[in-house]
Amino acid sequence: MNRSPHITNAPTVSSIMSKVLIGLLPGIIVYAWLFGGGIIITLTLATATALVTEALMLKLRKRSIQPFLSDYSAIITAWLLALAIPPLAPWWLIVVGTAFAIIVAKQLYGGLGYNPFNPAMVGYAVLLISFPVIMTKWPAALSLAQTKLSFMDQFHYIFSATLPSNVNIDAVTSATPLDYLKTQLKLNQSMTVIQSAPIFGIVGSKGVEMIVLAYLAGGLFLLQQRIITWHLPIAFLGAIAAIAGLFWIIDSTQFASPMFHLFSGASMLGAFFILTDPISGPTTQKGKLYFAAGAGIITYLVRVYGGYPDGVAFAVIFMNICVPLIDMYTQPRVFGHRE
Amino acid sequence: MNAPINIASLLKKTKDVFRFHGGVHPPENKTQSTQLPIGRLPMPKQLVLPLRQHVGNIPKTKVAIGDKVLKGQLIAEAEGAVSAAIHAPTSGIVSAIGEAVIPHPSGLPDHCITITPDGEDSWIERHPQDWRTTDVDTLINSLHLSGIVGLGGATFPTQIKLRSGKTTIHTLVINAAECEPYITCDDMLMREYHEQIVNGIAVAKRLLGATNVVIGIEDNKTEAIKAMRAAIANTDIQLKIVPTIYPSGDARRLVYLLLGQEVPHNKRSTEVGIQVFNVATVLALYRYFEFGEPALSRVVSMTGNVEQPQNFEVLFGTPLLDLVKAAGGSKADTSHYIMGGPMMGFNLPSENVPITKAANCIIAASPTLFEPTPPAMPCIRCSRCADACPVNLQPQELYWFAKSDNFEKAHDYNLFDCIECGACSYVCPSNIPLVQYYRYAKSEIIALDKAKEAANIARERNEFRLARIEREKQERAGKHAARAQGAKAAETSHDAPTANDKQAAIAAAIARAKAQKNADNIQPQNTTNLSASTQAEIDEINARRVAAGLTKQSPIEVNADKQAKIAAAVARAKSQKAEVDTLRQNADNQTKQPVADIEKQAKINAAIERAKTLKAAAAKETVNDVNTQPVIDLDKQAKIDAAIARAKAQKAAALKAKENQPKE
Ligand code: SF4
Ligand code: SF4
Repeated sequence: MNRSPHITNAPTVSSIMSKVLIGLLPGIIVYAWLFGGGIIITLTLATATALVTEALMLKLRKRSIQPFLSDYSAIITAWLLALAIPPLAPWWLIVVGTAFAIIVAKQLYGGLGYNPFNPAMVGYAVLLISFPVIMTKWPAALSLAQTKLSFMDQFHYIFSATLPSNVNIDAVTSATPLDYLKTQLKLNQSMTVIQSAPIFGIVGSKGVEMIVLAYLAGGLFLLQQRIITWHLPIAFLGAIAAIAGLFWIIDSTQFASPMFHLFSGASMLGAFFILTDPISGPTTQKGKLYFAAGAGIITYLVRVYGGYPDGVAFAVIFMNICVPLIDMYTQPRVFGHRE
Repeated sequence: MNAPINIASLLKKTKDVFRFHGGVHPPENKTQSTQLPIGRLPMPKQLVLPLRQHVGNIPKTKVAIGDKVLKGQLIAEAEGAVSAAIHAPTSGIVSAIGEAVIPHPSGLPDHCITITPDGEDSWIERHPQDWRTTDVDTLINSLHLSGIVGLGGATFPTQIKLRSGKTTIHTLVINAAECEPYITCDDMLMREYHEQIVNGIAVAKRLLGATNVVIGIEDNKTEAIKAMRAAIANTDIQLKIVPTIYPSGDARRLVYLLLGQEVPHNKRSTEVGIQVFNVATVLALYRYFEFGEPALSRVVSMTGNVEQPQNFEVLFGTPLLDLVKAAGGSKADTSHYIMGGPMMGFNLPSENVPITKAANCIIAASPTLFEPTPPAMPCIRCSRCADACPVNLQPQELYWFAKSDNFEKAHDYNLFDCIECGACSYVCPSNIPLVQYYRYAKSEIIALDKAKEAANIARERNEFRLARIEREKQERAGKHAARAQGAKAAETSHDAPTANDKQAAIAAAIARAKAQKNADNIQPQNTTNLSASTQAEIDEINARRVAAGLTKQSPIEVNADKQAKIAAAVARAKSQKAEVDTLRQNADNQTKQPVADIEKQAKINAAIERAKTLKAAAAKETVNDVNTQPVIDLDKQAKIDAAIARAKAQKAAALKAKENQPKE
């Protein structure tokens, strides 16, 4: 038998995936610290749902369960989805979203390696379209909330939608800066006034900035570990900065600064953790640049002109559609083939 | 491999070498076998010399069992341009000629000449040549008796590489990169024979008429670099240190590294004026001309799971186990032996194989040194493979196409540019045996092309046949008409000379045509005027052949043989089709469980082996044909048929013209 090469030096799929999970940890810790333990509940729920549905589907599809469950890819989908939806959303929301992501967006397409769309983003988009009100009800950071919810309060709220009798939900939630910005601009408020609202921090939204920085740290870890390459994050963040900068230079009273866009919403999470899903992304280096730049521009346009507060999910899904085309037109020149 | 490295390597790009895309850096494992100088083996009890040790035609055996041979004596002569001679590595008796197991992944036995050494090691008369002044053509012509082939592992007969044809060679590249892990034979050669190597370079330079010489050595061979530097001090030979990155020793990659020139994919490097020789090969050239020594031995790295890894000068035909013993024997947990490096080498079918010209390195393998690969997972499109590919291919796409039998697409994505270096598999986190898929796809494409060609020829032949039948019908009709006319003429006149004449003419023409046809079927014989000795030789060969069950075939048998071959080809095509179907089915099941992958893997391997076997068998068929009767190949047959048909048509036309004339 001739099975050359006889040696390999590759991280296993599960080690790659587990490093992605590790990369998410700093963001999760800061998240829990700023917004309370609710996110831990959501993450746990999502993880459990993902594993159960994945196992179920593998069984239905008569595939062996163990190697595919231990590749951690389902957990990544679960975590990304959990981090993208409001942490106090009712339990069934995350369950439905995760199950949809795993069953429809992943397993029905053939499972690991075969899904054309990022499952987490499909799950997110479906939830956003189906339950827009819940999906945009974000709790304010603990430091801002008029009433602070304890972990047990959050636990209760997630599972029974009931709060302690003295608290009402509007006191807990607030609009996200991206959302607030959009509605206030429609009311002809000037940018300086809008940005002086307490939910705004130094560059992005108060508190969320910290989470974003933690995501950035996790992303740098992935770069250092060679789990991802620079192409996707740099092109994505660069495109957002460039297009935001352009609009901002044209009219800084109407358009937020590039820094605000980089540090708000899912920009950083998207750059390092969502866009970098290899399965639904392009494989050529040039293709990665186009893919990420396109996603950045669409994200910005949805944020500024679209009907939804953040555009990362739609941008990623749209660019996923373009992947075969991008791959086809960005084939590198093969050695010895002159153009 | 990954982008961050690429940026770093771009920055690091040293002044005089040009980095190619991709490449990997596996653990080198070279120091183990460079602790001791090149060693020598005691004379083996037997030397088994496979005739097939190189790329090209099987050489023609020149000895018979029982013959006494001297060291350096020609025992098999190069057959045609692409072939290499074989010599007796020592003096002794030819003790066997026949099938024996050879170092080939198929594990199939092949034709070998076995010599039992007499222990005297006495040389034939050697004929050194003054390579500095002798006419270049004479030197090159004498090389077909040298048995020298590329010793880097490619084993291409060296004399063809020196006949560059129309293009002039301006640059000679000496490949001393030795990029595969574990292999150190070139390293040791350079350390110990640098002077001779430099002389060998001068030989090759003169034979090629090259003006520049560049040696490329990987930067991990500091001692060899030092030795070579000193040796070339007073020459105009350039020495370039290339980074230690696999596969820098691949000829095209090395040319790019050293000269910054990409050899176009559809051209050989000679077509752009560059020739590449391995260090060991130029050394062999020098020894051939300077001392009259043909290719009798080579340096082999014996390393891996042996007590004392070392390089040895090994006579061709030496049993592998003798080499293992010389290296202190293999450790207890040795599972098998790999010939070549860990990236491109193959598992030897048995430990009883002989060392051949292609054996640059033998690695004793154990489960600890070479962990079994875990089952393959689905491709996650991580593109690590693409980042590692030195040819800048998209291995994950090629894999996809190969797996789904989309051969056309695989071809479009330049599958045939793949050098099977294995860099992609080396980095694949899903443990996909990518190279196996490429080998499989390549062999399938080649087989399909061949089947298509055969089908085309068959169709053409059928068309010719139909045309011939049609013409024959017309001829018959013409004859009937002629007969009818003749009868009529006889009725009217008692003497009908014209009709009779015509009849005779037709008969004569038919007889001529028949004779012609028979003549076409008769094989040219060069056995008519033979000297007694040649006749004796032929008789003896015939006797052997009869003994071997290869009786002489009549032309009819030849035809039957051909028919059988066509049937075999069809059967082969069918079985391949079936193979493809099973593989496709397996591909569908593949994600079901990795276990299926293993099975599939086994199947692919089996398919590859089968393909190889078929190829080997086909090659053997040709050999047998050469020995028995030159079987007209299909193509030639078609041409002959066409010629016959043409001749017939002409004759018919002439006949008709003749028939028409007298009527006027
Ligand atoms: S073949 Fe292997 S290395 Fe290449 S993209 Fe797929 S998983 Fe990655
Ligand atoms: S084996 Fe072929 S596809 Fe893989 S890295 Fe080498 S050249 Fe590229």
